[in-house]
Amino acid sequence: MSRNPGTASPTPPRSMALIGTLGGIAMMSGLLVATTFQLTRERILQNRREALERAVFKVLPEATGRRSFFLNEEGLQALPDDALGQASLYAGYDDSGALTGVAIEGSARGYQDVVKVLYGYSLERECITGMTVLQSSETPGLGDRVETDPAFQANFECLDARLNPESTALVHEIVTVKHGKKTDSWQIDAISGATVTSTAVGRALQQSASEILPLLHRYEAALYENTAEERTSP
Amino acid sequence: MMKDPRAPEALSWSVFTQGIWRDNPVFVMLLGLCPALAVSNTASNALAMGLATTFVLLCSGVLVSLLRKVIPKQVRIASYIIVIATFVTIVDYAIQAISLELYKALGAFIQLIVVNCIILGRAEAYASKNHVINAFVNALGMGVGFTFAMLCLGVVREVLGSGTLFGVSLFGPDFQPWAVFVLPPGGFFILAFWLFLFAVLKKRKQVRMAGRQPKSETEKEVARAT
Amino acid sequence: MQPDSLTFIFLDAFLINNFVLAMFLGLCPFLGVSGKLETASRMGMAVVFVMLVSSTCAFGINALLIRFELEFLRLICYIAVIASAVQLVEMTIKKFSPVLFRSLGIFLPLITTNCAILGLALFQTNREYDFIQCLAYSLGAGAGFTLALILMAGLREKLELADTPDVCTGAALALTLGGLLSLAFMGFAGLGG
Repeated sequence: MSRNPGTASPTPPRSMALIGTLGGIAMMSGLLVATTFQLTRERILQNRREALERAVFKVLPEATGRRSFFLNEEGLQALPDDALGQASLYAGYDDSGALTGVAIEGSARGYQDVVKVLYGYSLERECITGMTVLQSSETPGLGDRVETDPAFQANFECLDARLNPESTALVHEIVTVKHGKKTDSWQIDAISGATVTSTAVGRALQQSASEILPLLHRYEAALYENTAEERTSP
Repeated sequence: MMKDPRAPEALSWSVFTQGIWRDNPVFVMLLGLCPALAVSNTASNALAMGLATTFVLLCSGVLVSLLRKVIPKQVRIASYIIVIATFVTIVDYAIQAISLELYKALGAFIQLIVVNCIILGRAEAYASKNHVINAFVNALGMGVGFTFAMLCLGVVREVLGSGTLFGVSLFGPDFQPWAVFVLPPGGFFILAFWLFLFAVLKKRKQVRMAGRQPKSETEKEVARAT
Repeated sequence: MQPDSLTFIFLDAFLINNFVLAMFLGLCPFLGVSGKLETASRMGMAVVFVMLVSSTCAFGINALLIRFELEFLRLICYIAVIASAVQLVEMTIKKFSPVLFRSLGIFLPLITTNCAILGLALFQTNREYDFIQCLAYSLGAGAGFTLALILMAGLREKLELADTPDVCTGAALALTLGGLLSLAFMGFAGLGG
């Protein structure tokens, strides 16, 4: 940058001026960001809640209301609606308040990145009743067909997830088999050409089910204690 | 354009249009390529990213221009970066509030608008030296140019790679999409294709303009000789 | 291989989801600095170093922000930290190796606007890596960036001796090369199970 030779070179600004300017700008920016955060927080939580409900009602088609629960070794605890991040599973109830099923998350490494799924489980029939993909970055047209392919989705109409008599583990491990080789109800028929992603879905279900279902059966009584006011409407 | 660099530019139509075609940030200056390639796998993502970047360009350009007399030279880059980061954070939360699906599609690249060289470059080269109105118009032009480039990439990639446009299926279910174009290599190839196309068009224009010159020269010589 | 293991995280950033060729981060230096093999490798090393430093700082800052529930300031803090880290690296190199400093020249300040560094900080935050995982991730990312840069530089040096039509030179050619490299690297998807 050439200087105009006519003017004398300006004295360098004092450090206070530099710090003051930066500080002022930083404060203004902090104010703007904090305000935006406050203004949008409600809406963002609302969006997340709606996205979650859409996924839950997709895998539990008869449900009209849902509640969130936290599950660990000690027991099954109902969570308030706002606690979106901490839930281990979601219970679906129909209009009369009866439990229709439970929606659980699972995840496993796929072809490109992690594949996260939400699956519905029916306690009476002891099988997985639906599966939807929450997050995936799989190959478009190949791996991402696990979300849309009707033949693949048909695997989950009643995928066997029975527990052994002691309720400590699954009787049969959920496993993905090559396209066309499915013989048993606990197997998932892979999409031809998208084996890795299909296997990832199988692994996600197996890992999650083997971990959560035994605990769930131990504490399932908590699912049935619901009051009319706590049910959320769709 | 040779001008006294110290004099602020007068407001003219070219202040707006230079960003769209002559100094297009993506195709001419090759800035902001990271988001251009990453988020242009569908036309709607490309459009959203273009609009988000335009918003940040406008706001930061205006603010930098308003504060140009106040910010000392030594801390100007740091100040510009803070200003840009502020508006990017605002856009980030705004998109989350508007549509969670769009947010998931754009991913971390919204926050990467901060390091989009276009914004810092414009703030440093133009907004810090010009009047607010000029800065606003120039930023708008740059933003439109960037969005235009994003759409060029996004539309081609989506049509070839998934057979849809803005989510609307174009060719029916029997179309075999060219999947590579919605994947990373496709981004590289399509941008290379557009640059190649523009280079060919430019060369043709140059040849045409050069083709006229010698003719008039010889005509002049002939006229002189006779 | 376990998805959370350090080897896998390193491989993921290095090959499978290479920062330049799969995630499109760091394209400006990739196209601008990859003319000569030597400058490319030096830029790569500088980036590795800056990535390690930034990754550590970002981890620390994030822990602080979470503690005080100020996550919305994350972006601003990260970019400030990265700019300072680059400044620090520049001063260190200037002091300890003036030769290296002179050969790197303009590249160091350019690293500040390198999306790869900010991208690294953001991704490692999203994936919630612990400290050692962050280090493995940033090493992998830096190594991957250097690898892509070196490959590109090698190719371009060879191309200078070839007879290409003049409409094809420059950025269009570099991008096509990048596309081919990216296509090749897609073969690493699914590595490690």
